[in-house]
Amino acid sequence: MSAGATPARMKVAASPHIAARENVTHIMFWVVAALAPATLWGVWNMGMVAVVLLASCIGGSVGTEWIWNRIAKRSQTLWDGSALVTGLLLALALPPRTPWWMGLAGGIVAIGLAKMLFGGLGWNLFNPALVGRAFLSVSWMGVLADVRPFPGGWYSAIDVPATGSLDAINGATRLAIAAADRAAGGAYGIDLARYYEPLLVRNLEGSFGEVSGLLLIAGGLLLIAKRIIDWRIPAGYIATVALMSWAFGSDPLFNVLAGGVLLGAFFMATDYVTSPMTRTGRLVFGCGCGLFNVVARFFGPMPEATTFAILFMNGLVPLIDRGFAPRTFGWVKRRG
Amino acid sequence: MRGRHAVATRVFKGGIHPADCKDATSALAVTRAPVPQILRVPLSQHLGAPCAPTVGKGDRVRRGQVIGDVEAMVSAPVHAPASGEVVEIGGVLLASGARVQAVSIAPDEDQDFDRFESIERSGSVPATVRAAGIVGMGGAAFPTAVKLQPPKDMTVRTLILNGCECEPYLTCDHRTMLEHPEWVIRGAELIASAVGATRTVIAVEDNKRDAAAALEERAGSAVEVMVVPTRYPQGAEKQLIWAVIGSEVPHGKLPAATGALVHNVSTAAAVADAVDRGRPLMERVVTVTGNVRTPGNYLTLLGTPVADLIEAAGGLHGEYGRIIAGGPMTGMALADLAVPVVKGMGGIVVLDPGDTAPAVHGDQPCIRCSRCSDACPMMLEPFAIGIYANRADWDGAHRFHALDCIECGCCSYVCPTRRPLVQLIRRAKQVLLEKGASL
Repeated sequence: MSAGATPARMKVAASPHIAARENVTHIMFWVVAALAPATLWGVWNMGMVAVVLLASCIGGSVGTEWIWNRIAKRSQTLWDGSALVTGLLLALALPPRTPWWMGLAGGIVAIGLAKMLFGGLGWNLFNPALVGRAFLSVSWMGVLADVRPFPGGWYSAIDVPATGSLDAINGATRLAIAAADRAAGGAYGIDLARYYEPLLVRNLEGSFGEVSGLLLIAGGLLLIAKRIIDWRIPAGYIATVALMSWAFGSDPLFNVLAGGVLLGAFFMATDYVTSPMTRTGRLVFGCGCGLFNVVARFFGPMPEATTFAILFMNGLVPLIDRGFAPRTFGWVKRRG
Repeated sequence: MRGRHAVATRVFKGGIHPADCKDATSALAVTRAPVPQILRVPLSQHLGAPCAPTVGKGDRVRRGQVIGDVEAMVSAPVHAPASGEVVEIGGVLLASGARVQAVSIAPDEDQDFDRFESIERSGSVPATVRAAGIVGMGGAAFPTAVKLQPPKDMTVRTLILNGCECEPYLTCDHRTMLEHPEWVIRGAELIASAVGATRTVIAVEDNKRDAAAALEERAGSAVEVMVVPTRYPQGAEKQLIWAVIGSEVPHGKLPAATGALVHNVSTAAAVADAVDRGRPLMERVVTVTGNVRTPGNYLTLLGTPVADLIEAAGGLHGEYGRIIAGGPMTGMALADLAVPVVKGMGGIVVLDPGDTAPAVHGDQPCIRCSRCSDACPMMLEPFAIGIYANRADWDGAHRFHALDCIECGCCSYVCPTRRPLVQLIRRAKQVLLEKGASL
C-alpha cells in the first residue's frame, strides 16, 4: 500500500454526519430559564409557601417519573428535564395557599396519569401540568379558591354595598370583580385599566406564577427569540383573547393580563407534545385556545378558564394536524 | 461590473443553516495533488451501466486513453488519468461500500499533465460529452450526455448552473468558479445551445460573492448570474429550480417538466474542457478539509486512494470522528481509506469528534417539537414517516409521501432527540420501491 494507511478505528454511520447541538435537555433548560424570573419574583412576594409548593409539585412529578421508570424497567428519563418543567408549571399555576400534599398529588397525577400512562414523553395527548391542575381544581375546588374570601361561588357571594366600592371586598380576585361588574351590566363602573399596573408588576391575588405579567411576557419573548417556541401560538391566543374581550365589551388588555392567560399562552399551550405540528395548525390552535378561554370566562362558571380551554384544544390537536397538513412540495397543479 | 447580478426573490420553505466551515479552504487556490504509487480507477463511477475494461493487465496506457466503456445509453466511459502500466484488473471498494471492477494503473515516474490523448470531437456536443466520460460532478454522478438529450416531448427553456455548493466544508465548486469562470460560462453556453435553452442562469449562494463577481465579469448578455440565499439544501435540484424560475417540479415528474435543466458548475467546466480542448474527465478538484494538517483544494487524478489524498493534505491531524467522502450532510462515512477518488467526489472531510453527529442509542421518543417538518424543504412530515417506518408500516409511510423525500438530511440534523429520521425514511423508500410502489 502506498503512503497513508487506514487508521485502525473508523467510525461509520449513515448520513447526515453532523447534527444541531440542541437536545431536549437544552430546550427544557431554556424553558426553566424563561420561567425563572417569574418564579423567583413569586417566591420573593409569597414567601415560604411558594417554596413548599414548588418543592411538592416538582417532587410529585419528578418522583413519579422516577418510580414509574423503575417499575417499568425503562431507562431513566429525568435528565431530559421535562418532568421538572411539568412540576414547575403546575406549581406556578396554583394559588400560593394550596397545601403541600395537594401539590404532591397534582404532580403525581400530572406525570402518572397524563404522561407515563400514555407512553411517556412524546405520547401524551393532554398537557400534563394542566391535567394535574384540572384534577386539583375539580377535586378541591374550594381549597383552590382559597385566595377568595367568599367560598361558595362567584356571583352570589359578591355582595357589594350600594355605596361601597368593590375594593372593600377584601381579596376578591380582579376577574371575579370584573365578572360581577359585567353581570351587573357595568353598574359598578369599574375602571379595569386601574389593574394594569398591579397585574403587570405585582399582583398577589392569583397563582403564584402570575405575580408579574411583565416577567412572564419577557420569558415568553425569550423563548420565541431562542426559537424554542413558535410565536404563532401565543400570538394567536393573546390576540384572540383581546379581540373577543373587546367584542364582548370588556377591557381587552385587562383580560389578557388576568387569569393565567399569559402563563397559558406562552408556556402551557406551547408544549410541543400537545400542540400542532404545522405552522398554520399552531396559529389555529392558539386562536382556538383564546376563543374557548374567553367564552368560558364570560359565560362559564369559572372566570379562570385557561386550564380547560387549553386542555380542550389539546384534544383537537390530532384533527388540526390532519386538517392543516402541509402540502408536499410538488403536489400541485402546474401553474400557467 | 459588480452588483449587476440578480438576487433570488424566492426561497424554499424550510432548510437549515449549519456552520458552513468553508473558511479553511475557500481562499486556497487549487493545487495538484501528487501522483500516487497506484491508481485504482473504478469502471463504475456513475449511475447506470458499469463499463467493461478495454485494456488488459500488463498493457501500457497513455493519459486520456479509454480504459473502460460500454454500449448502454446511461453510462460514461472511463479514461486513464495518467500514463503507466495496467497492473491489475480487479475489484475495488467504493465509498458507498459497493465493490466494483477497477483498472489499477502504476503511473510512470514522469507525468506531463498537459499531454493527453484527445477525445473524438467531430460529433454533436452530447456525443463529445459522452466520449469525455463526463458525469454530474456535484455528487449525483448521473451521465451528463443523457441529460443533454431531453425527451422529445419536453422543452428546456431555462438552463440553471448550480453553483450553490450548499454542503458545509466543500469549496471545490467555489474555487472552480473563481479560478476558471470562463470555462464555466463557456460550458453553460455549450449546454444551453445543445438543449435549446433560451435563458441561462448561474446560481451562486451569497456566501460566495467573489465567485459571483468573477462569473459576472466574464458573462455575456446571454448568461445571468443569480445570487441565492445561503441555506441548505439550496443546491438541491427541486429547491434550486423553485428559487430561479418559481416552478415546483410536479410530483413524480422529471425536473425538465418545469422547462428547467440543472447542471453543476464543475460539470459545465468539464464540458467546456472536452469540447474546446478534447480533454476527457481524468481528474477533479477535491476539497480535503477538517482535521488534516494542510487543508486545501486538490486537483486529484481519478483513482487516487483517499489515504494518499489525506497524506497529500499533511495527514490526519489530531482526533477524528467520521471521515466523509463528499459533504457531511449527504456524503458517505468511509470504512476504509483505500477507496479511490471518483468523478462525483467533491470532498474528503475529516470531521472532528466534537462535530460528528452523536451515535443514536435505541429508539428515542419524538417530542413533536416539529423542527423536522419545519426544516423539510419538501414540506413532508418526517416525524410521521419515521414512526411508520420504525414499525415497518410501509403503507403508512407511503401515505405521508415518503417517496417524495430528497434525502437531504435536514430532519435528522435538527431532531433534538436524535431520531434517525432520514435514515428511517430511506429505508421506507427502499422497501416501497422494491414493492413497486409508484409515486
